[in-house]
Amino acid sequence: MSQSEALLRATEAEGATQGETSGSSLTALRLGGEGRSRKRGPSSRVFESILISIAVLYAAGLLIAPLVAIVWGSLAEGINAFASQVTSADALSSFKLTLIMAAGATLINTVFGLCIAWVLVRDKFWGRRIINGLVDMPFAVSPVIAGFMLILLFGRTGWLTHITEALGIKVVFALPGILLATIFISLPFVIREVAPVLSQVNPDQESAAHTMGASPLQTFWHVTLPAIRWGLLYGVSLTFARAVGEIGAVLVVSGGVSRLTETSTLFIFRSLDDRNYVGANAMSVVLAAMSFLILIVIEFFKKRTEEH
Amino acid sequence: MSAEQTHLNDPAPLATRSASPWGRWGIRSAAVIYLGFIVVLPLSAILRNGLGGGLAAFWSDILNPTAFAALKLTLTMAVIVTLINAVMGTLTAYVLVRYPFPGRGLFNTIIDMPFAIPTLVTGVMLVALYGPQRTLGAWLTSHGIQVIFATPGVVLALLVITYPFVIRTVQPVLMETERGQEEAAYTLGASKWTTFRRVVLPAISPAIITGSLLSFARALGEFGSVVVVAGNIPGRTLTAPVYVYGQIESQNQRGASSMSILLLGLSFALILLVEWMQSRKDTGHVAI
Repeated sequence: MSQSEALLRATEAEGATQGETSGSSLTALRLGGEGRSRKRGPSSRVFESILISIAVLYAAGLLIAPLVAIVWGSLAEGINAFASQVTSADALSSFKLTLIMAAGATLINTVFGLCIAWVLVRDKFWGRRIINGLVDMPFAVSPVIAGFMLILLFGRTGWLTHITEALGIKVVFALPGILLATIFISLPFVIREVAPVLSQVNPDQESAAHTMGASPLQTFWHVTLPAIRWGLLYGVSLTFARAVGEIGAVLVVSGGVSRLTETSTLFIFRSLDDRNYVGANAMSVVLAAMSFLILIVIEFFKKRTEEH
Repeated sequence: MSAEQTHLNDPAPLATRSASPWGRWGIRSAAVIYLGFIVVLPLSAILRNGLGGGLAAFWSDILNPTAFAALKLTLTMAVIVTLINAVMGTLTAYVLVRYPFPGRGLFNTIIDMPFAIPTLVTGVMLVALYGPQRTLGAWLTSHGIQVIFATPGVVLALLVITYPFVIRTVQPVLMETERGQEEAAYTLGASKWTTFRRVVLPAISPAIITGSLLSFARALGEFGSVVVVAGNIPGRTLTAPVYVYGQIESQNQRGASSMSILLLGLSFALILLVEWMQSRKDTGHVAI
Protein backbone atom coordinates (compact mmCIF):
# COMPACT_ATOMS: atom_id res chain seq x y z
CA MET A 1 0.00 0.00 0.00
CA SER A 2 1.43 3.37 -0.94
CA GLN A 3 1.88 6.10 1.62
CA SER A 4 -0.71 8.42 0.15
CA GLU A 5 -3.20 5.62 0.00
CA ALA A 6 -2.67 4.88 3.68
CA LEU A 7 -2.97 8.57 4.46
CA LEU A 8 -6.14 8.84 2.48
CA ARG A 9 -7.66 5.88 4.23
CA ALA A 10 -6.66 7.32 7.56
CA THR A 11 -8.28 10.69 6.89
CA GLU A 12 -11.42 9.11 5.53
CA ALA A 13 -11.61 6.88 8.57
CA GLU A 14 -11.20 9.90 10.81
CA GLY A 15 -14.16 11.57 9.20
CA ALA A 16 -16.24 8.47 9.62
CA THR A 17 -15.53 8.08 13.31
CA GLN A 18 -16.12 11.76 13.98
CA GLY A 19 -12.70 12.68 15.23
CA GLU A 20 -11.61 9.52 16.99
CA THR A 21 -7.94 9.40 16.17
CA SER A 22 -6.44 6.68 18.30
CA GLY A 23 -4.37 4.13 16.41
CA SER A 24 -6.36 1.17 17.62
CA SER A 25 -9.66 2.52 16.40
CA LEU A 26 -8.06 3.17 13.00
CA THR A 27 -6.91 -0.41 12.70
CA ALA A 28 -10.25 -1.63 13.87
CA LEU A 29 -11.96 0.48 11.28
CA ARG A 30 -9.73 -0.72 8.52
CA LEU A 31 -10.33 -4.29 9.56
CA GLY A 32 -14.03 -3.56 9.68
CA GLY A 33 -13.82 -2.07 6.22
CA GLU A 34 -12.07 -5.11 4.85
CA GLY A 35 -14.57 -7.30 6.54
CA ARG A 36 -17.37 -5.44 4.86
CA SER A 37 -15.79 -5.69 1.44
CA ARG A 38 -15.23 -9.38 2.05
CA LYS A 39 -18.92 -9.70 2.86
CA ARG A 40 -19.68 -8.01 -0.44
CA GLY A 41 -17.19 -10.37 -2.11
CA PRO A 42 -19.45 -12.76 -4.03
CA SER A 43 -21.76 -10.07 -5.38
CA SER A 44 -18.84 -7.88 -6.44
CA ARG A 45 -17.26 -10.88 -8.14
CA VAL A 46 -20.49 -11.40 -10.09
CA PHE A 47 -20.49 -7.71 -10.99
CA GLU A 48 -16.86 -7.99 -12.08
CA SER A 49 -17.51 -10.96 -14.35
CA ILE A 50 -20.55 -9.26 -15.88
CA LEU A 51 -18.40 -6.25 -16.84
CA ILE A 52 -15.64 -8.49 -18.19
CA SER A 53 -18.17 -10.48 -20.22
CA ILE A 54 -19.68 -7.34 -21.73
CA ALA A 55 -16.25 -6.04 -22.79
CA VAL A 56 -15.09 -9.39 -24.17
CA LEU A 57 -18.36 -10.18 -25.97
CA TYR A 58 -18.50 -6.72 -27.52
CA ALA A 59 -14.93 -7.10 -28.85
CA ALA A 60 -15.63 -10.63 -30.04
CA GLY A 61 -18.79 -9.61 -31.87
CA LEU A 62 -17.26 -6.53 -33.41
CA LEU A 63 -13.76 -7.76 -34.29
CA ILE A 64 -13.52 -11.55 -34.12
CA ALA A 65 -16.84 -12.67 -35.65
CA PRO A 66 -16.26 -10.80 -38.96
CA LEU A 67 -12.74 -12.24 -39.07
CA VAL A 68 -14.05 -15.78 -38.69
CA ALA A 69 -16.74 -15.09 -41.29
CA ILE A 70 -14.24 -13.93 -43.88
CA VAL A 71 -11.89 -16.88 -43.39
CA TRP A 72 -14.94 -19.12 -43.70
CA GLY A 73 -16.13 -17.24 -46.80
CA SER A 74 -12.76 -17.40 -48.54
CA LEU A 75 -12.73 -21.18 -48.08
CA ALA A 76 -16.37 -21.56 -49.16
CA GLU A 77 -15.36 -23.07 -52.49
CA GLY A 78 -12.53 -25.11 -51.09
CA ILE A 79 -8.87 -24.52 -50.39
CA ASN A 80 -7.99 -24.92 -54.07
CA ALA A 81 -10.25 -22.04 -55.14
CA PHE A 82 -8.63 -19.94 -52.42
CA ALA A 83 -5.13 -20.85 -53.59
CA SER A 84 -5.87 -20.24 -57.26
CA GLN A 85 -7.36 -16.81 -56.46
CA VAL A 86 -4.41 -15.75 -54.37
CA THR A 87 -1.82 -17.00 -56.84
CA SER A 88 -3.50 -15.61 -59.97
CA ALA A 89 -1.28 -13.27 -62.01
CA ASP A 90 -3.46 -10.24 -61.15
CA ALA A 91 -3.38 -10.99 -57.45
CA LEU A 92 0.37 -11.60 -57.33
CA SER A 93 1.25 -8.47 -59.27
CA SER A 94 -1.11 -6.38 -57.10
CA PHE A 95 0.52 -7.78 -53.98
CA LYS A 96 3.98 -6.98 -55.31
CA LEU A 97 2.95 -3.42 -56.15
CA THR A 98 1.44 -2.93 -52.69
CA LEU A 99 4.68 -4.03 -51.01
CA ILE A 100 6.85 -1.82 -53.25
CA MET A 101 4.66 1.26 -52.75
CA ALA A 102 4.39 0.72 -48.99
CA ALA A 103 8.15 0.21 -48.68
CA GLY A 104 8.89 3.30 -50.78
CA ALA A 105 6.46 5.51 -48.85
CA THR A 106 7.79 4.20 -45.54
CA LEU A 107 11.41 4.88 -46.52
CA ILE A 108 10.71 8.45 -47.67
CA ASN A 109 8.52 9.24 -44.67
CA THR A 110 11.16 7.84 -42.32
CA VAL A 111 13.95 10.04 -43.69
CA PHE A 112 11.90 13.24 -43.82
CA GLY A 113 9.98 12.31 -40.69
CA LEU A 114 13.26 12.26 -38.75
CA CYS A 115 14.11 15.72 -40.10
CA ILE A 116 10.68 17.09 -39.15
CA ALA A 117 10.78 15.49 -35.69
CA TRP A 118 14.21 17.04 -35.15
CA VAL A 119 12.94 20.49 -36.15
CA LEU A 120 9.93 20.10 -33.83
CA VAL A 121 12.03 19.06 -30.83
CA ARG A 122 15.41 20.77 -31.22
CA ASP A 123 15.11 23.69 -33.59
CA LYS A 124 14.07 26.93 -31.90
CA PHE A 125 12.51 28.28 -35.05
CA TRP A 126 9.46 30.54 -35.38
CA GLY A 127 7.63 28.23 -37.82
CA ARG A 128 7.61 25.28 -35.43
CA ARG A 129 3.97 25.66 -34.36
CA ILE A 130 2.82 25.84 -37.98
CA ILE A 131 4.82 22.71 -38.79
CA ASN A 132 3.27 20.98 -35.80
CA GLY A 133 -0.23 21.74 -37.09
CA LEU A 134 0.62 20.72 -40.66
CA VAL A 135 1.87 17.34 -39.49
CA ASP A 136 -1.63 16.52 -38.18
CA MET A 137 -3.29 17.47 -41.45
CA PRO A 138 -3.14 13.99 -43.06
CA PHE A 139 -5.06 12.57 -40.06
CA ALA A 140 -7.79 15.15 -40.61
CA VAL A 141 -8.08 14.62 -44.35
CA SER A 142 -10.30 11.81 -45.58
CA PRO A 143 -8.19 9.53 -47.83
CA VAL A 144 -10.47 10.17 -50.82
CA ILE A 145 -9.80 13.88 -50.42
CA ALA A 146 -6.06 13.19 -50.29
CA GLY A 147 -6.25 11.47 -53.66
CA PHE A 148 -8.45 14.23 -55.04
CA MET A 149 -5.88 16.88 -54.10
CA LEU A 150 -3.33 15.06 -56.25
CA ILE A 151 -5.75 15.12 -59.18
CA LEU A 152 -6.16 18.87 -58.73
CA LEU A 153 -2.37 19.23 -58.82
CA PHE A 154 -1.40 16.72 -61.48
CA GLY A 155 -4.64 15.94 -63.37
CA ARG A 156 -5.57 17.15 -66.85
CA THR A 157 -5.96 20.80 -65.85
CA GLY A 158 -3.75 20.59 -62.76
CA TRP A 159 -1.47 23.29 -61.35
CA LEU A 160 1.73 21.33 -61.91
CA THR A 161 0.73 19.30 -64.96
CA HIS A 162 2.72 21.37 -67.44
CA ILE A 163 5.88 20.87 -65.35
CA THR A 164 5.48 17.10 -65.07
CA GLU A 165 4.56 16.88 -68.76
CA ALA A 166 7.69 18.82 -69.71
CA LEU A 167 9.68 16.36 -67.63
CA GLY A 168 7.88 13.46 -69.28
CA ILE A 169 6.46 12.12 -66.01
CA LYS A 170 2.91 10.90 -65.71
CA VAL A 171 1.72 11.24 -62.11
CA VAL A 172 -2.03 10.67 -61.98
CA PHE A 173 -3.25 7.22 -63.10
CA ALA A 174 0.36 6.05 -62.78
CA LEU A 175 2.75 4.80 -60.11
CA PRO A 176 4.11 8.23 -58.96
CA GLY A 177 0.53 9.21 -58.05
CA ILE A 178 0.04 6.06 -55.98
CA LEU A 179 3.34 6.67 -54.21
CA LEU A 180 2.50 10.33 -53.47
CA ALA A 181 -0.96 9.39 -52.17
CA THR A 182 0.53 6.70 -49.92
CA ILE A 183 3.20 9.11 -48.65
CA PHE A 184 0.57 11.72 -47.79
CA ILE A 185 -1.73 9.47 -45.77
CA SER A 186 1.09 7.81 -43.79
CA LEU A 187 3.11 10.97 -43.12
CA PRO A 188 2.42 11.68 -39.40
CA PHE A 189 3.33 8.32 -37.80
CA VAL A 190 7.14 8.48 -37.70
CA ILE A 191 7.08 12.12 -36.60
CA ARG A 192 4.49 11.55 -33.85
CA GLU A 193 6.36 8.53 -32.46
CA VAL A 194 9.92 9.89 -32.75
CA ALA A 195 9.31 13.42 -31.41
CA PRO A 196 8.45 12.42 -27.80
CA VAL A 197 11.35 9.95 -27.64
CA LEU A 198 13.76 12.47 -29.12
CA SER A 199 12.76 15.09 -26.56
CA GLN A 200 13.94 12.65 -23.84
CA VAL A 201 17.44 12.49 -25.33
CA ASN A 202 19.82 14.92 -23.66
CA PRO A 203 21.28 17.28 -26.29
CA ASP A 204 24.49 17.51 -24.21
CA GLN A 205 25.39 13.97 -25.24
CA GLU A 206 25.18 14.98 -28.87
CA SER A 207 27.23 18.11 -28.15
CA ALA A 208 29.83 16.03 -26.38
CA ALA A 209 30.20 13.71 -29.36
CA HIS A 210 30.40 16.72 -31.63
CA THR A 211 33.05 18.46 -29.53
CA MET A 212 35.10 15.28 -29.54
CA GLY A 213 35.25 15.52 -33.31
CA ALA A 214 32.37 13.37 -34.52
CA SER A 215 30.69 14.54 -37.72
CA PRO A 216 26.95 15.32 -37.48
CA LEU A 217 26.20 12.08 -39.31
CA GLN A 218 28.41 10.07 -36.94
CA THR A 219 26.79 11.80 -33.97
CA PHE A 220 23.35 10.90 -35.26
CA TRP A 221 24.35 7.32 -36.01
CA HIS A 222 26.19 6.54 -32.76
CA VAL A 223 24.45 8.77 -30.21
CA THR A 224 20.95 9.84 -31.28
CA LEU A 225 19.78 6.82 -33.26
CA PRO A 226 20.45 4.21 -30.54
CA ALA A 227 18.47 6.34 -28.10
CA ILE A 228 15.42 6.74 -30.34
CA ARG A 229 15.50 3.37 -32.11
CA TRP A 230 12.43 1.74 -30.53
CA GLY A 231 10.24 4.78 -31.03
CA LEU A 232 11.49 5.05 -34.60
CA LEU A 233 10.79 1.38 -35.36
CA TYR A 234 7.33 1.72 -33.79
CA GLY A 235 6.60 4.68 -36.07
CA VAL A 236 8.03 2.88 -39.10
CA SER A 237 5.85 -0.20 -38.52
CA LEU A 238 2.72 1.96 -38.10
CA THR A 239 3.59 3.79 -41.34
CA PHE A 240 4.01 0.52 -43.20
CA ALA A 241 0.73 -0.91 -41.88
CA ARG A 242 -1.16 2.21 -42.91
CA ALA A 243 0.51 2.28 -46.33
CA VAL A 244 -0.34 -1.36 -47.09
CA GLY A 245 -4.02 -0.88 -46.27
CA GLU A 246 -4.72 2.37 -48.08
CA ILE A 247 -7.71 2.39 -50.43
CA GLY A 248 -9.46 5.78 -50.72
CA ALA A 249 -6.51 7.89 -51.84
CA VAL A 250 -5.11 5.20 -54.12
CA LEU A 251 -8.51 4.47 -55.67
CA VAL A 252 -8.86 8.06 -56.86
CA VAL A 253 -5.38 8.45 -58.39
CA SER A 254 -4.50 4.99 -59.66
CA GLY A 255 -6.86 4.47 -62.58
CA GLY A 256 -6.83 0.81 -61.52
CA VAL A 257 -5.21 -0.80 -64.56
CA SER A 258 -4.82 -4.43 -63.53
CA ARG A 259 -1.21 -5.66 -63.35
CA LEU A 260 0.04 -2.06 -63.79
CA THR A 261 -1.45 0.30 -61.25
CA GLU A 262 -3.57 -2.06 -59.18
CA THR A 263 -2.62 -2.51 -55.54
CA SER A 264 -4.01 -5.35 -53.42
CA THR A 265 -6.78 -3.21 -51.95
CA LEU A 266 -7.75 -2.11 -55.47
CA PHE A 267 -7.74 -5.77 -56.49
CA ILE A 268 -10.28 -6.45 -53.73
CA PHE A 269 -12.34 -3.43 -54.79
CA ARG A 270 -12.45 -4.61 -58.42
CA SER A 271 -13.23 -8.21 -57.39
CA LEU A 272 -16.25 -6.95 -55.42
CA ASP A 273 -17.43 -5.00 -58.47
CA ASP A 274 -17.01 -8.10 -60.63
CA ARG A 275 -18.90 -10.17 -58.01
CA ASN A 276 -15.81 -12.32 -57.59
CA TYR A 277 -16.46 -12.74 -53.86
CA VAL A 278 -14.09 -15.66 -53.36
CA GLY A 279 -11.28 -13.58 -54.86
CA ALA A 280 -12.16 -10.54 -52.73
CA ASN A 281 -12.39 -12.67 -49.59
CA ALA A 282 -9.17 -14.55 -50.34
CA MET A 283 -7.10 -11.39 -50.88
CA SER A 284 -8.72 -9.85 -47.79
CA VAL A 285 -7.62 -12.84 -45.74
CA VAL A 286 -4.07 -12.47 -47.07
CA LEU A 287 -3.99 -8.75 -46.19
CA ALA A 288 -5.55 -9.43 -42.79
CA ALA A 289 -2.94 -12.10 -42.06
CA MET A 290 -0.20 -9.69 -43.05
CA SER A 291 -1.72 -6.99 -40.84
CA PHE A 292 -1.61 -9.43 -37.94
CA LEU A 293 2.09 -10.00 -38.47
CA ILE A 294 2.65 -6.25 -38.61
CA LEU A 295 0.50 -5.83 -35.50
CA ILE A 296 2.67 -8.27 -33.55
CA VAL A 297 5.76 -6.32 -34.64
CA ILE A 298 4.03 -3.04 -33.70
CA GLU A 299 3.14 -4.33 -30.23
CA PHE A 300 6.72 -5.50 -29.71
CA PHE A 301 8.17 -2.09 -30.63
CA LYS A 302 5.51 -0.29 -28.60
CA LYS A 303 6.41 -2.24 -25.50
CA ARG A 304 10.10 -1.52 -26.04
CA THR A 305 9.37 2.20 -26.55
CA GLU A 306 7.41 2.34 -23.30
CA GLU A 307 10.16 0.50 -21.39
CA HIS A 308 12.85 2.97 -22.43
CA MET B 1 38.91 27.45 -17.04
CA SER B 2 36.48 30.33 -17.14
CA ALA B 3 35.28 29.22 -20.54
CA GLU B 4 34.55 25.78 -19.12
CA GLN B 5 32.59 27.31 -16.32
CA THR B 6 30.34 29.30 -18.61
CA HIS B 7 29.66 26.08 -20.46
CA LEU B 8 28.65 24.36 -17.29
CA ASN B 9 26.47 27.20 -16.11
CA ASP B 10 24.76 27.81 -19.38
CA PRO B 11 23.81 24.75 -21.42
CA ALA B 12 22.25 26.81 -24.20
CA PRO B 13 25.41 27.58 -26.18
CA LEU B 14 26.37 23.91 -26.05
CA ALA B 15 23.03 22.87 -27.50
CA THR B 16 23.20 25.38 -30.28
CA ARG B 17 26.65 24.15 -31.10
CA SER B 18 25.51 20.55 -31.41
CA ALA B 19 24.72 20.94 -35.10
CA SER B 20 26.69 23.15 -37.41
CA PRO B 21 24.65 26.04 -38.86
CA TRP B 22 24.78 24.36 -42.25
CA GLY B 23 23.34 21.14 -40.90
CA ARG B 24 20.66 23.03 -38.97
CA TRP B 25 19.60 24.99 -42.02
CA GLY B 26 19.76 21.89 -44.18
CA ILE B 27 17.42 19.90 -41.94
CA ARG B 28 15.09 22.85 -41.42
CA SER B 29 14.80 23.44 -45.18
CA ALA B 30 14.27 19.73 -45.84
CA ALA B 31 11.41 19.69 -43.31
CA VAL B 32 9.79 22.87 -44.63
CA ILE B 33 10.12 21.98 -48.32
CA TYR B 34 8.84 18.44 -47.76
CA LEU B 35 5.78 19.56 -45.81
CA GLY B 36 5.22 22.37 -48.29
CA PHE B 37 5.18 19.97 -51.20
CA ILE B 38 3.32 17.06 -49.60
CA VAL B 39 0.79 18.94 -47.43
CA VAL B 40 0.54 22.69 -48.15
CA LEU B 41 0.52 22.62 -51.94
CA PRO B 42 -2.27 20.02 -52.26
CA LEU B 43 -4.30 21.79 -49.58
CA SER B 44 -4.06 25.12 -51.33
CA ALA B 45 -5.13 23.47 -54.58
CA ILE B 46 -8.31 22.19 -52.96
CA LEU B 47 -9.04 25.48 -51.17
CA ARG B 48 -8.55 27.42 -54.40
CA ASN B 49 -10.78 25.04 -56.31
CA GLY B 50 -13.60 24.97 -53.76
CA LEU B 51 -13.62 28.63 -52.74
CA GLY B 52 -12.49 30.09 -56.08
CA GLY B 53 -16.10 30.50 -57.21
CA GLY B 54 -16.99 32.56 -54.14
CA LEU B 55 -18.73 31.65 -50.90
CA ALA B 56 -22.19 31.59 -52.47
CA ALA B 57 -21.14 28.89 -54.91
CA PHE B 58 -19.47 26.99 -52.04
CA TRP B 59 -22.67 26.96 -49.96
CA SER B 60 -24.86 26.04 -52.89
CA ASP B 61 -22.59 23.03 -53.46
CA ILE B 62 -23.04 21.98 -49.83
CA LEU B 63 -26.80 22.67 -49.72
CA ASN B 64 -27.58 20.70 -52.85
CA PRO B 65 -30.04 17.99 -51.66
CA THR B 66 -27.82 14.95 -52.27
CA ALA B 67 -24.76 16.62 -50.76
CA PHE B 68 -26.68 17.87 -47.74
CA ALA B 69 -28.30 14.49 -47.11
CA ALA B 70 -24.84 12.86 -47.29
CA LEU B 71 -23.44 15.39 -44.84
CA LYS B 72 -26.36 14.91 -42.47
CA LEU B 73 -26.00 11.12 -42.60
CA THR B 74 -22.25 11.29 -41.95
CA LEU B 75 -22.71 13.61 -38.96
CA THR B 76 -25.55 11.48 -37.52
CA MET B 77 -23.58 8.26 -37.90
CA ALA B 78 -20.49 9.87 -36.36
CA VAL B 79 -22.47 11.09 -33.34
CA ILE B 80 -24.09 7.66 -32.74
CA VAL B 81 -20.77 5.85 -33.09
CA THR B 82 -18.97 8.32 -30.84
CA LEU B 83 -21.57 7.93 -28.07
CA ILE B 84 -21.36 4.12 -28.22
CA ASN B 85 -17.56 4.35 -28.19
CA ALA B 86 -17.55 6.64 -25.16
CA VAL B 87 -19.54 4.09 -23.13
CA MET B 88 -18.07 0.83 -24.43
CA GLY B 89 -14.53 2.21 -24.66
CA THR B 90 -14.60 3.39 -21.05
CA LEU B 91 -16.02 0.07 -19.88
CA THR B 92 -13.40 -1.90 -21.82
CA ALA B 93 -10.54 0.26 -20.58
CA TYR B 94 -11.80 -0.09 -17.00
CA VAL B 95 -12.04 -3.86 -17.26
CA LEU B 96 -8.57 -4.06 -18.84
CA VAL B 97 -6.92 -1.96 -16.14
CA ARG B 98 -8.76 -3.02 -13.01
CA TYR B 99 -9.73 -6.68 -13.38
CA PRO B 100 -7.15 -9.37 -13.99
CA PHE B 101 -8.68 -12.20 -16.01
CA PRO B 102 -7.24 -14.99 -18.15
CA GLY B 103 -6.54 -13.82 -21.71
CA ARG B 104 -6.21 -10.16 -20.74
CA GLY B 105 -2.87 -9.76 -22.56
CA LEU B 106 -4.29 -11.21 -25.76
CA PHE B 107 -7.37 -9.01 -25.46
CA ASN B 108 -5.13 -5.98 -25.05
CA THR B 109 -3.32 -6.84 -28.30
CA ILE B 110 -6.52 -7.46 -30.25
CA ILE B 111 -7.73 -3.94 -29.45
CA ASP B 112 -5.22 -2.44 -31.91
CA MET B 113 -6.46 -4.72 -34.69
CA PRO B 114 -8.60 -2.07 -36.42
CA PHE B 115 -5.50 0.14 -36.71
CA ALA B 116 -3.61 -2.62 -38.51
CA ILE B 117 -6.28 -4.19 -40.72
CA PRO B 118 -6.98 -2.30 -43.97
CA THR B 119 -10.34 -0.52 -43.73
CA LEU B 120 -11.51 -2.03 -47.01
CA VAL B 121 -10.83 -5.49 -45.56
CA THR B 122 -12.96 -4.54 -42.54
CA GLY B 123 -15.80 -3.75 -44.94
CA VAL B 124 -15.39 -7.06 -46.78
CA MET B 125 -15.38 -8.88 -43.42
CA LEU B 126 -18.65 -7.29 -42.38
CA VAL B 127 -20.25 -8.23 -45.71
CA ALA B 128 -18.97 -11.79 -45.21
CA LEU B 129 -20.75 -11.90 -41.84
CA TYR B 130 -23.92 -9.85 -42.39
CA GLY B 131 -24.34 -10.00 -46.18
CA PRO B 132 -27.85 -11.07 -47.25
CA GLN B 133 -26.58 -14.39 -48.65
CA ARG B 134 -24.73 -15.34 -45.44
CA THR B 135 -26.22 -17.41 -42.63
CA LEU B 136 -26.36 -14.64 -40.05
CA GLY B 137 -27.31 -12.01 -42.64
CA ALA B 138 -30.11 -14.18 -44.04
CA TRP B 139 -31.45 -14.87 -40.56
CA LEU B 140 -31.46 -11.16 -39.71
CA THR B 141 -33.11 -10.27 -43.04
CA SER B 142 -35.87 -12.82 -42.39
CA HIS B 143 -36.50 -11.01 -39.10
CA GLY B 144 -36.76 -7.68 -40.88
CA ILE B 145 -33.29 -6.37 -39.99
CA GLN B 146 -31.16 -5.33 -42.91
CA VAL B 147 -27.56 -4.60 -41.96
CA ILE B 148 -25.57 -4.50 -45.19
CA PHE B 149 -26.53 -1.78 -47.72
CA ALA B 150 -28.36 0.01 -44.89
CA THR B 151 -27.46 2.39 -42.07
CA PRO B 152 -26.84 -0.34 -39.42
CA GLY B 153 -23.99 -1.54 -41.65
CA VAL B 154 -22.48 1.95 -41.69
CA VAL B 155 -22.70 2.15 -37.88
CA LEU B 156 -21.07 -1.28 -37.53
CA ALA B 157 -18.25 -0.42 -39.93
CA LEU B 158 -17.54 2.86 -38.12
CA LEU B 159 -17.69 1.10 -34.72
CA VAL B 160 -14.99 -1.35 -35.83
CA ILE B 161 -12.79 1.35 -37.36
CA THR B 162 -12.95 3.66 -34.32
CA TYR B 163 -12.93 0.90 -31.68
CA PRO B 164 -9.43 1.57 -30.22
CA PHE B 165 -9.57 5.37 -29.75
CA VAL B 166 -11.41 5.78 -26.41
CA ILE B 167 -9.85 2.63 -24.93
CA ARG B 168 -6.33 3.76 -25.79
CA THR B 169 -6.79 7.28 -24.39
CA VAL B 170 -8.56 6.21 -21.17
CA GLN B 171 -6.34 3.22 -20.35
CA PRO B 172 -3.12 5.11 -19.43
CA VAL B 173 -5.02 7.68 -17.33
CA LEU B 174 -6.84 4.95 -15.45
CA MET B 175 -3.51 3.24 -14.75
CA GLU B 176 -2.20 6.42 -13.15
CA THR B 177 -5.19 7.11 -10.91
CA GLU B 178 -4.83 5.47 -7.56
CA ARG B 179 -7.01 2.57 -6.80
CA GLY B 180 -6.92 3.50 -3.14
CA GLN B 181 -9.39 6.34 -3.58
CA GLU B 182 -11.89 4.00 -5.15
CA GLU B 183 -11.46 1.46 -2.39
CA ALA B 184 -11.81 4.15 0.24
CA ALA B 185 -15.09 5.41 -1.18
CA TYR B 186 -16.35 1.88 -1.55
CA THR B 187 -15.32 0.89 1.96
CA LEU B 188 -17.13 3.92 3.34
CA GLY B 189 -20.32 2.53 1.91
CA ALA B 190 -20.64 4.23 -1.46
CA SER B 191 -22.23 1.97 -4.07
CA LYS B 192 -20.15 0.78 -7.03
CA TRP B 193 -21.98 3.17 -9.31
CA THR B 194 -21.58 6.15 -6.96
CA THR B 195 -17.89 5.34 -6.54
CA PHE B 196 -17.44 5.25 -10.28
CA ARG B 197 -19.44 8.42 -10.88
CA ARG B 198 -17.89 10.49 -8.08
CA VAL B 199 -14.32 9.18 -7.91
CA VAL B 200 -13.28 7.51 -11.17
CA LEU B 201 -15.23 9.45 -13.76
CA PRO B 202 -13.94 12.95 -12.88
CA ALA B 203 -10.35 11.69 -13.26
CA ILE B 204 -10.85 10.05 -16.63
CA SER B 205 -13.44 12.29 -18.26
CA PRO B 206 -10.88 14.46 -20.15
CA ALA B 207 -9.45 11.26 -21.63
CA ILE B 208 -12.93 10.04 -22.59
CA ILE B 209 -13.62 13.35 -24.34
CA THR B 210 -10.27 13.25 -26.15
CA GLY B 211 -10.82 9.70 -27.38
CA SER B 212 -14.40 10.48 -28.41
CA LEU B 213 -13.35 13.54 -30.41
CA LEU B 214 -10.66 11.53 -32.18
CA SER B 215 -13.11 8.78 -33.06
CA PHE B 216 -15.60 11.41 -34.27
CA ALA B 217 -12.97 12.94 -36.57
CA ARG B 218 -12.05 9.48 -37.86
CA ALA B 219 -15.69 8.58 -38.49
CA LEU B 220 -16.24 11.77 -40.51
CA GLY B 221 -13.62 10.81 -43.09
CA GLU B 222 -13.98 7.02 -43.23
CA PHE B 223 -14.22 5.64 -46.75
CA GLY B 224 -12.79 2.14 -47.31
CA SER B 225 -15.10 0.17 -45.03
CA VAL B 226 -18.20 2.32 -45.59
CA VAL B 227 -18.07 2.20 -49.39
CA VAL B 228 -18.34 -1.60 -49.23
CA VAL B 229 -21.13 -1.98 -46.66
CA ALA B 230 -23.28 1.11 -47.23
CA GLY B 231 -24.70 0.42 -50.69
CA ASN B 232 -24.24 4.16 -51.33
CA ILE B 233 -27.83 5.01 -52.21
CA PRO B 234 -28.00 8.81 -52.66
CA GLY B 235 -30.13 10.44 -49.98
CA ARG B 236 -30.24 7.26 -47.89
CA THR B 237 -26.93 5.50 -47.35
CA LEU B 238 -24.49 7.74 -49.22
CA THR B 239 -22.00 9.25 -46.75
CA ALA B 240 -20.08 12.47 -47.35
CA PRO B 241 -16.68 10.91 -48.21
CA VAL B 242 -18.35 8.49 -50.64
CA TYR B 243 -20.26 11.46 -52.09
CA VAL B 244 -16.91 13.20 -52.69
CA TYR B 245 -15.66 10.07 -54.47
CA GLY B 246 -18.76 10.05 -56.69
CA GLN B 247 -18.29 13.71 -57.60
CA ILE B 248 -14.65 13.11 -58.53
CA GLU B 249 -15.63 10.18 -60.75
CA SER B 250 -18.33 12.26 -62.48
CA GLN B 251 -15.86 15.12 -63.04
CA ASN B 252 -17.69 17.59 -60.78
CA GLN B 253 -14.48 18.89 -59.24
CA ARG B 254 -15.91 21.97 -57.55
CA GLY B 255 -18.68 20.03 -55.83
CA ALA B 256 -16.07 17.56 -54.58
CA SER B 257 -13.83 20.41 -53.38
CA SER B 258 -16.58 22.19 -51.47
CA MET B 259 -17.60 19.09 -49.52
CA SER B 260 -13.92 18.21 -48.97
CA ILE B 261 -13.20 21.63 -47.50
CA LEU B 262 -16.11 21.35 -45.09
CA LEU B 263 -15.11 17.84 -43.91
CA LEU B 264 -11.48 18.79 -43.67
CA GLY B 265 -12.19 21.96 -41.69
CA LEU B 266 -14.37 20.03 -39.24
CA SER B 267 -11.82 17.27 -38.62
CA PHE B 268 -8.91 19.67 -38.38
CA ALA B 269 -10.76 21.83 -35.84
CA LEU B 270 -11.45 18.70 -33.77
CA ILE B 271 -7.84 17.57 -33.90
CA LEU B 272 -6.58 21.03 -32.90
CA LEU B 273 -9.08 20.98 -30.01
CA VAL B 274 -7.67 17.64 -28.86
CA GLU B 275 -4.07 18.91 -29.08
CA TRP B 276 -5.04 22.00 -27.11
CA MET B 277 -6.72 19.89 -24.41
CA GLN B 278 -3.69 17.62 -24.17
CA SER B 279 -1.20 20.48 -23.97
CA ARG B 280 -3.32 22.04 -21.22
CA LYS B 281 -3.31 18.76 -19.31
CA ASP B 282 0.48 18.47 -19.73
CA THR B 283 1.15 21.92 -18.31
CA GLY B 284 -1.18 21.05 -15.46
CA HIS B 285 1.01 18.08 -14.62
CA VAL B 286 4.14 20.23 -14.63
CA ALA B 287 2.51 22.78 -12.35
CA ILE B 288 1.58 20.10 -9.81
